[in-house]
Amino acid sequence: MIASAAEALARDLAGLAEAEERFRDEVTLLIPRPRLLDALARAREAGFSVLTDLTAVDRLPQQPRFEVVYLVTNYGAPARLRLKVRVEAEDAVVPSAGPVYPGADWLEREVFDMFGIRFSGHPGLTRILMPDDWEGHPLRKDFPLVEEPVHFVGHTPKVPSAIIPKTRRTPPTPP
Amino acid sequence: MTDLARETLVLNMGPHHPSTHGVLRLILELEGEVILRTEPVIGYLHTGFEKEMETRTYHQNIVFPPRIEYLATMIEEHAYVLAVEKLLGVRAPARAETLRIILGELSRIASHLVWLGTSAVDVNVTSMLMYCFNDREHVMDILEMVSGQRMMHGYMRVGGLQWDVPPGFTERVRAFAGDLPGRLDEYERLLTDNLIWRERTEGIAVLSYDDALRYGCTGPIARGSGVNYDVRRAFPYGGYEAYDFDVPLGTRGDSFDRYTVRMEEMRQSRRIILQALDRLAEGPVMVEDRKVALPPRAELVRSMEAVIHQFKLVSEGFHPPAGEVYSAVESPRGEKGYYLVSDGSNQPVRARVRSPSFNNLQALPVMIYRNMVSDVVVAIASIDIVLGDVDR
Amino acid sequence: MTPPRPEGIRISRAPTPSALTEADARAVEGSILTTTVDRVVNWARRNSVWPVQFGLACCAIEMISAAQSRFDIARFGSELFRASPRQADLMIVSGRVSQKMAPVLKHIYEQMLEPKWVIAMGDCASCGGVFNNYALVQGVDKLVPVDVYVAGCPPRPEALLFGFTKLQDLIARRGAGRRPS
Repeated sequence: MIASAAEALARDLAGLAEAEERFRDEVTLLIPRPRLLDALARAREAGFSVLTDLTAVDRLPQQPRFEVVYLVTNYGAPARLRLKVRVEAEDAVVPSAGPVYPGADWLEREVFDMFGIRFSGHPGLTRILMPDDWEGHPLRKDFPLVEEPVHFVGHTPKVPSAIIPKTRRTPPTPP
Repeated sequence: MTDLARETLVLNMGPHHPSTHGVLRLILELEGEVILRTEPVIGYLHTGFEKEMETRTYHQNIVFPPRIEYLATMIEEHAYVLAVEKLLGVRAPARAETLRIILGELSRIASHLVWLGTSAVDVNVTSMLMYCFNDREHVMDILEMVSGQRMMHGYMRVGGLQWDVPPGFTERVRAFAGDLPGRLDEYERLLTDNLIWRERTEGIAVLSYDDALRYGCTGPIARGSGVNYDVRRAFPYGGYEAYDFDVPLGTRGDSFDRYTVRMEEMRQSRRIILQALDRLAEGPVMVEDRKVALPPRAELVRSMEAVIHQFKLVSEGFHPPAGEVYSAVESPRGEKGYYLVSDGSNQPVRARVRSPSFNNLQALPVMIYRNMVSDVVVAIASIDIVLGDVDR
Repeated sequence: MTPPRPEGIRISRAPTPSALTEADARAVEGSILTTTVDRVVNWARRNSVWPVQFGLACCAIEMISAAQSRFDIARFGSELFRASPRQADLMIVSGRVSQKMAPVLKHIYEQMLEPKWVIAMGDCASCGGVFNNYALVQGVDKLVPVDVYVAGCPPRPEALLFGFTKLQDLIARRGAGRRPS
């Protein structure tokens, strides 16, 4: 059951949004990049005063590659709403949400560190979790996990992530 | 002659420091003893949890959450399995939910005891560490009795629990809950009216109501500033809607208010545990859905379908539908959330951990502005961060 | 069993009361300990190993539990965990060592004065543990020489204390001499 405040905000932002998804009682709006700050400001005015989370998803091989996800919460209602913006890898710049939600500061630094997405207008976009001279952005799909295989004499077992490989849903076949 | 009163001193605190509660580095700019600017430097415990969780199945990922926030381990596991259950659209049976609540609240008490002990020892009440850890050992005994492990339990499963609790569990929990108020009264007698404790915590590291909202602070640090938000009340999960408990709030937002909020939270946790023990009824502790849970061993000799389900679950794991969910619980630090994105395969595309300590720590520079350098220790202790949670 | 009488002591059966008797000689021999300087020094060193506070992650909580009243590392001699590495002899690396923390760990180790020992507590410090990835150093023995590895995730406080007694045996056998690298 989606909270009425979230429904109201979703209706309010429907004009700005490109798409809307509903899954398991959650509403997600896809906002085009030029209208992002406008959408966030309107969310804040509607009582969604807290930026609970700001993160990104690397959708490789789908295009556009990156998706920056904002989760805003209305403590009074209470209600949650998710806003997303999609950017290409070559043009991975998003306006910083700092003016609307000051708590976005470290969250944006983390997204920059892990994905390489830049936030224009951020006061100090530097690495936060990795060492300052680290090269690469670890949570990108093309950055390897860097697993060190353990060597025994005469046998090298599988690295942990290879033990159960990624599979799609396959229906069970009767014998 | 330089004007000494105007010169600022840059002081580095950490990452190896006895009072930073982990590997946290603070670069403090001081004017005399007064703090003007703080820059926390984190990342010294970054472990790559989120990337690791992308390379494993949802079931294999259960080992990671208790290692992220290692003080309230049952609550962490609860957070993760709830998110996966939301993604799958299953709900654990009633007995499993009640047991999860009991174990979660015990973990909350254990975590607050560690906070109390370490905060007090930072202010040099060294005996508190001994008392609190001794009480915590009783909780560890109960958790070990249930899961076999003192800390990294791996007891909760997607769809329920690994196995049912052994006989004697309810008696042990009742005994612990019976002793707890007396212990807490002793600690409050030692600290609450203690002149030194009050001088060191009252008015220190004040976080205003607006700042708490602005920086996305949650948990006792926000409730100490008057923000009435508890995930168990706002977005009830796992059966909490049926329980009767109060959410303590502070007024001034200083360290002393956070202390009273957490002490009261321990008492409220005990209240929830007693209600849950009364509610505990017989029943299964795992869902019946064979696409999610392993079939019982006895069924394997009778049913070929059970063998196939077993084989598929063990060799591949279940495949949730494509979509994304965010599911949060109230950890002792604040709102701990898991944002899972699935593409229909057996491994998550993205497993994001919304860490309460990360957001709470952002507010530290604002909190200790114009406090003395000796108050930094009290401030960090009162935020109650876990560096594993901050850095993931 | 009486210790063998060393050469050169003569028991004189002089008639005066102040003379040394056989029983007196035995009593005196029974209360003299002869040993080597090394053994005494090692005995003192191994019974007063003071660790430096180096708790990194989850294992640190078990290390703190080992120092508290139920498990009590103080009865083995570690009365205090020193905050300053210059006043400590043991570094219990309890927790995972990230890439950012590695130089700090090396720095702290170098600041400790000889003789010093290292216990790698837990799986992450021994070999990288559960986390075989880009962010962690796969075992602290890539940075500092380790004397005792205590396995577990996290090891029980009793396991840490067992590792500690192993370290004490090691100090008894080898002392502070440079370990073969």
